[in-house]
Amino acid sequence: MVLSCENELPEILRQVDIVNFREAMTERHEDYEIAFVEGSISRKEEAHKLRKIRKKARVVVALGACSSTGGLNCLKNRFPMRYLQEEVYGRGAHKKKAFDTDTVRPIDAFIHVDYYIHGCPIPKKEFLSVLTALLMGSVPKITNHPVCVDCKLAGNICVFEKGKTCLGPVTRAGCDAICVTYGGVCWGCRGLVDDPNIGAHTETLKRYGLTADSVMDSFNLYDRCAIKRKR
Amino acid sequence: MKKDLHIKIDEITRVEGHGNVVIDVRNGRVKEIKLEIIESPRFFEVMLRGRRYDEAQHIMSRICGICAVSHTSASLKAVEDAMGIRISRQSTLLRKLAFCGETLQSHILHLFFLVFPDFLGEGSIVPILKTHPEIAKKGLELKRLSNEVCAAVAGRHIHPISFFPGGVAYLPKVEELKRLRGLLKASFDDLEYTLELMERMPRREFPNLKAREFVSLKGKGEYAVYGGEPYSSKGSALKTANYSKKIKEYIVPHSAAKHARTSKGTYMVGALARVNNNWRQLGARGRKAAIEAGIRVPAYDPYLNNSAQLVECFQAVEDAISLIDELLDRGLRQEPLAKPKKYGRGVGIVEAPRGTLYHEYAIDRDGLVQSAVCIIPTAQNLRSIEDDMRSLVPAIIDRPREEIRGAIESLVRAYDPCISCSTHMMDVRFE
Repeated sequence: MVLSCENELPEILRQVDIVNFREAMTERHEDYEIAFVEGSISRKEEAHKLRKIRKKARVVVALGACSSTGGLNCLKNRFPMRYLQEEVYGRGAHKKKAFDTDTVRPIDAFIHVDYYIHGCPIPKKEFLSVLTALLMGSVPKITNHPVCVDCKLAGNICVFEKGKTCLGPVTRAGCDAICVTYGGVCWGCRGLVDDPNIGAHTETLKRYGLTADSVMDSFNLYDRCAIKRKR
Repeated sequence: MKKDLHIKIDEITRVEGHGNVVIDVRNGRVKEIKLEIIESPRFFEVMLRGRRYDEAQHIMSRICGICAVSHTSASLKAVEDAMGIRISRQSTLLRKLAFCGETLQSHILHLFFLVFPDFLGEGSIVPILKTHPEIAKKGLELKRLSNEVCAAVAGRHIHPISFFPGGVAYLPKVEELKRLRGLLKASFDDLEYTLELMERMPRREFPNLKAREFVSLKGKGEYAVYGGEPYSSKGSALKTANYSKKIKEYIVPHSAAKHARTSKGTYMVGALARVNNNWRQLGARGRKAAIEAGIRVPAYDPYLNNSAQLVECFQAVEDAISLIDELLDRGLRQEPLAKPKKYGRGVGIVEAPRGTLYHEYAIDRDGLVQSAVCIIPTAQNLRSIEDDMRSLVPAIIDRPREEIRGAIESLVRAYDPCISCSTHMMDVRFE
């Protein structure tokens, strides 16, 4: 998504030096102030690398669902790790280093995270606004209202009206409810609002005879890692 | 000349995912050459287990941010095959249009961001924005256009929203399609510019070329990426239904991604394989570009994969224009999603930008996915990359170390590997 900022990229590069972006650059340096970290953690070496990044960077931003909540990867935690390895790579796989794996966790299970850019994928708009705030020395604003608000602003018909289940009432907005606009429902990729039992969109919930808890029960695609903690 | 050579390239740059190259030559003899895949395994197929059939495309799209349309489509085709769902012509056209956007997007990203820095002697696109702003600008513009094509149909490129089992849940706006048609038409100029640019760039040639097996989809009357049947240039009788008997995956100790072979051995997938197998199906612009780029089929040089990608950019733009024309001629209309009729096993095969992508699912009577297999293009190419390194290194062993390193990195990059995609193979077979 960062590479989809085609219009903004030249300007971004006038403001910052990207010093380490292995997938796009040959050069790598270990001298940085802001680190954007993608991906969740499922190996000791990854946790080690992450702690090193935390020591060096002044600001750590979790970039995307895998990093900020564990994301879809947490679906794997439904099974014992040894079972997973043997299922995929055959018997005895748990003894081999290449297939090493552990319970998936978001990065804030290991280090302090300063800011979060949520979603799968992240909204480009949010990435640019967080980056701008950091460069201006102000505090990035992270949305904490439910997707229902964005959805109303987008002028969508409520999908509960069409008999579908939607996680919009308890999910953190900031995505312009794009999934509903394009014919889908909210899957909850941006995680729960900070306090779903209070912050949820109660108007929608009431109208359809739902509670925050009942909607959160179907909240098991994303945010599986975090949901236990919050309840 | 007898020579010792040890090269280890840790976490090779400008490829997607984490891989190391290890080269060990002693006394002029190759002891070991391998591409280590050190990415964490992700277990996507297991993640899918027990999930509803209409969540599958959403989950599997997340395998990759570059070929999200491909994973979504392969997943939908597998579910629709398993459940006897037939989608409308309009839905097929819309899905194919998004595919054109994805092919263009992925190839442009690879060429401009990952390959051209090599040719221009830079480490990334970043300095190119300063030293060759004209080139960087063309790349960014083509990339934005490809994003817009996907967004018009699917809401966005990473990850498509409107694609569901049974069809497409969103209708693009007629005005938007018309606007894109104009931009696509104009983009041929940018592609011509890119082609000229590539012709001026120093070209690597692969020594000791041998014939190789190319596998891709092949269709009648179309350059197949979404439709068609699998095809092998060496005549392995590949069919959608029997692919798992013909393509065998196996584990190698140095790789978290499995390798694959056919009964004939090593094979290659991707742009070069498709151009070779579908030469006759190329459109006028695509074929002209291929000839100008110096591709004569059969073309076995793996470095030519970069040129083949550019040929496919022409093809994708050409196809996108005719798809838009057909959609506008027919008139767009809202359609309900087609419903499942049965349950069981199904296979979905598409041509992702990097090659043939297989998804196979078993779905139970409750509509839950019981098991899943995915065969990823990069995993299929790993054996081919290693074979090529094995024949390349002895041929250039007398050159300076940095040159050898450069040739190897360019070779791996020419295959455009997507390593994180390839690290979640699953060994469950439907016997």
